[in-house]
Amino acid sequence: MFGILTIDALPFYSWVAMSGAGVTVLGGVAALALVAWFNFWKPLWNDWLTSVDHKRIGVMYIILALIMLVRGFVDAIMMRMQQAFAMGNDGYLPPDHFDQIFSSHGTIMIFFMAMPFVSGLINIVVPQQIGARDVAFPFMNSVSLWLTASGAGLVLISLVIGKFSTAGWTGYPPYSGIEYSPGVGVDYWLWALLVSGVGSTMTGINFIVTILRLRAPGMTLMKMPMFSWTSLVVALLMAFAFPALTVVAVMLGLDRIFGMHFFTNGDGGNMMNFINLLWIWGHPEVYILILPAFGVYSEVVATFSQKRLFGYESLVYATAAIGLLSFTVWLHHFFTMGSSANVNAFFGIATMIIAVPTGVKVFDWLFTMYRGRIIMHSTMYWTIGFIVTFVIGGVTGVLLALPPADYLMHNSTFLVAHFHNMLIPGALFGYFAGMNYWFPKAFGFKLDEKWGKRSFWFWISGFYCAFMPLYVLGFLGMSRRMEHYDVPEWQPYLVFAAFGAVLVMIGLICIGVQIWVSVRDRAKNLDLTGDPWNGRTLEWATSSPPAAYNFAIVPTVEDVDAFHDMKKRDVAYAAPERYEDIEMPDNTPLGLIIGGFGFVLGFAMIWHMWWLAVVSIVVVIACLIIKSSNDDDEHTVPAAEIEAIEKARLEVIASQPRHPVIGAPETSVPDGNPVPGSA
Amino acid sequence: MSNSNAGTHTLSSYLTGYVIALVLTVIPFAFAWAGWFSVRTTLAIVAVTAIVQVVVHLVYFLHINYRTTPKENLLALAFAGVLIFLMIGGTLWIMFDLHYQMM
Repeated sequence: MFGILTIDALPFYSWVAMSGAGVTVLGGVAALALVAWFNFWKPLWNDWLTSVDHKRIGVMYIILALIMLVRGFVDAIMMRMQQAFAMGNDGYLPPDHFDQIFSSHGTIMIFFMAMPFVSGLINIVVPQQIGARDVAFPFMNSVSLWLTASGAGLVLISLVIGKFSTAGWTGYPPYSGIEYSPGVGVDYWLWALLVSGVGSTMTGINFIVTILRLRAPGMTLMKMPMFSWTSLVVALLMAFAFPALTVVAVMLGLDRIFGMHFFTNGDGGNMMNFINLLWIWGHPEVYILILPAFGVYSEVVATFSQKRLFGYESLVYATAAIGLLSFTVWLHHFFTMGSSANVNAFFGIATMIIAVPTGVKVFDWLFTMYRGRIIMHSTMYWTIGFIVTFVIGGVTGVLLALPPADYLMHNSTFLVAHFHNMLIPGALFGYFAGMNYWFPKAFGFKLDEKWGKRSFWFWISGFYCAFMPLYVLGFLGMSRRMEHYDVPEWQPYLVFAAFGAVLVMIGLICIGVQIWVSVRDRAKNLDLTGDPWNGRTLEWATSSPPAAYNFAIVPTVEDVDAFHDMKKRDVAYAAPERYEDIEMPDNTPLGLIIGGFGFVLGFAMIWHMWWLAVVSIVVVIACLIIKSSNDDDEHTVPAAEIEAIEKARLEVIASQPRHPVIGAPETSVPDGNPVPGSA
Repeated sequence: MSNSNAGTHTLSSYLTGYVIALVLTVIPFAFAWAGWFSVRTTLAIVAVTAIVQVVVHLVYFLHINYRTTPKENLLALAFAGVLIFLMIGGTLWIMFDLHYQMM
């Protein structure tokens, strides 16, 4: 009945594990209690959980990402504390527990913090930016969200029932095989990846179709905003790279459950093929995480420098080049496996080449700022902090791309410092910038600037304090993932790194305070026009928050900076002659149910409850049949209702002061940046 | 959408595709089961029939051809082809190279 699940799976064996489980359970209970306190059940169900509106789905993705960011950060600071103390002693964490923590830290940060943040931003912004009313497949979007959430749920529940993997976030065999990891930990990792990976693949497909098919009239690909361009490339990478992860996870699962030999030591297995297949997904994944942030920086830097993005076309080509090249560099993650010099040289050179389009982008952002009228908004803090810090990470990356150098630094803390140096400024800072930039679009009021800037200063100083020592430690010969050590010279650096982690913690708290203060003082920071930053792209043409249909009349695009161009021609807020009915998809609980049974399926497979696995597969298939045989799944928003909403909105806008529009005839301010073709 | 290439959506075209796909499935199974040739040759046969199978699916079930399929769809298909070439070709190169190094 319960497979291999017994009462022993509960974490009564160590106080650290038990308190982790306690915090998880209490967090869940507290969330439910809050919902009950505000009697939020009905709106929660009707407006959020069952919603197929891309904006709400996006918000839920980002809430998931922020929750998982806190969880992943707790893991990080626990590791930093352990390493700060465990010089010549065992520290406070037993090895098995320490291994679980570094495994879950990586898994959570990549799959359940960064991925939902990416999907969330893309969901909120892209349809509005391309002038669409929704994504191409709204129901599939909801399924993707709930599959991602159930993967995250599997990782969270592993704290309470059973243990998590100790094999690192990449789960290399043979250690992750059944012979060396007989417990359920690796299975938790596998099923969390499998369930959420399916969701990510579908998100990719959804946004390829959305961006290629639903763009507003006049918006050719070369007139598409930069964030939409990076999202298109990211969607392509998701759709093509994630199947590799799914395949490799299924193969490892078959090894573990059915005793097959894809990646075992003997019987014809080859563990190196796991590493090969994993990184075929893994390297494009790096760009899946970073490219959307590049898109955010491009939007932010143009808006707050108040001029057109410098070298738009070069940015598009650089993005596309990165997208293709990201599939040609994966072996640099395992130079040391023993391939011949030719193979290593090929992938080393390809890795150095991929740095070129990235460098092009950095110069484009710098030249956008050059002679711009820069407004030092908190999003610009994140952007400038990113440019400076990311270049350091890029330089260490080119160093690691040399196979002989990589042989020295492989698996050292130098590598740890390098990839955190890429992903924290390159991805996370961009997500924070995006959150600050588009928050008023999603909720109708701005985030508090003071706390936003404070969080930036703590994050960036914390980042430098936490990771620069790790570069040094790598040169001193420290391997990654050490539970304890007996080299006294290392300890000062590790103590300093722990201090950096504390600074990051304060930065994280500042973000919490920022959200709290902004919600408390929202009446002071309302965005009534829908265009709080004097924006340049179409998402600022909708109201904040947008109506369910985004655009009452789909706009016609004539320029890259479509909305800026409309403001310049003074047609941005022109009322149309008449409104028409709009068809919108109905909400449905089926996405939530499919996601929920995805969770049950994973849990059943982990604990060998085969009957339950079969039941959940049947339920999922039944849901899909029910959904696809329902032809009446749309409702009509009548033209009269739309007219009422839009009239009220235009009246509010008319009562608000307008932003000065550079280049508009009446202001006659010269455009700061005469780019060829911009006139 | 179905009107533009209605000519290819006939029952006989589906049946033709189905029969060819079936034959292409039976062949590798038969060769693997009977073991008429060496392992290496059998693997080559399996690989070749698999690739032909992909083409059959594209032509008969997804109705891709040079006449009616929009150019951008063919372009997307070519892009997929490039990526698959990179992934599978790269894997074969890396793993055979490793195999040689380990001998």
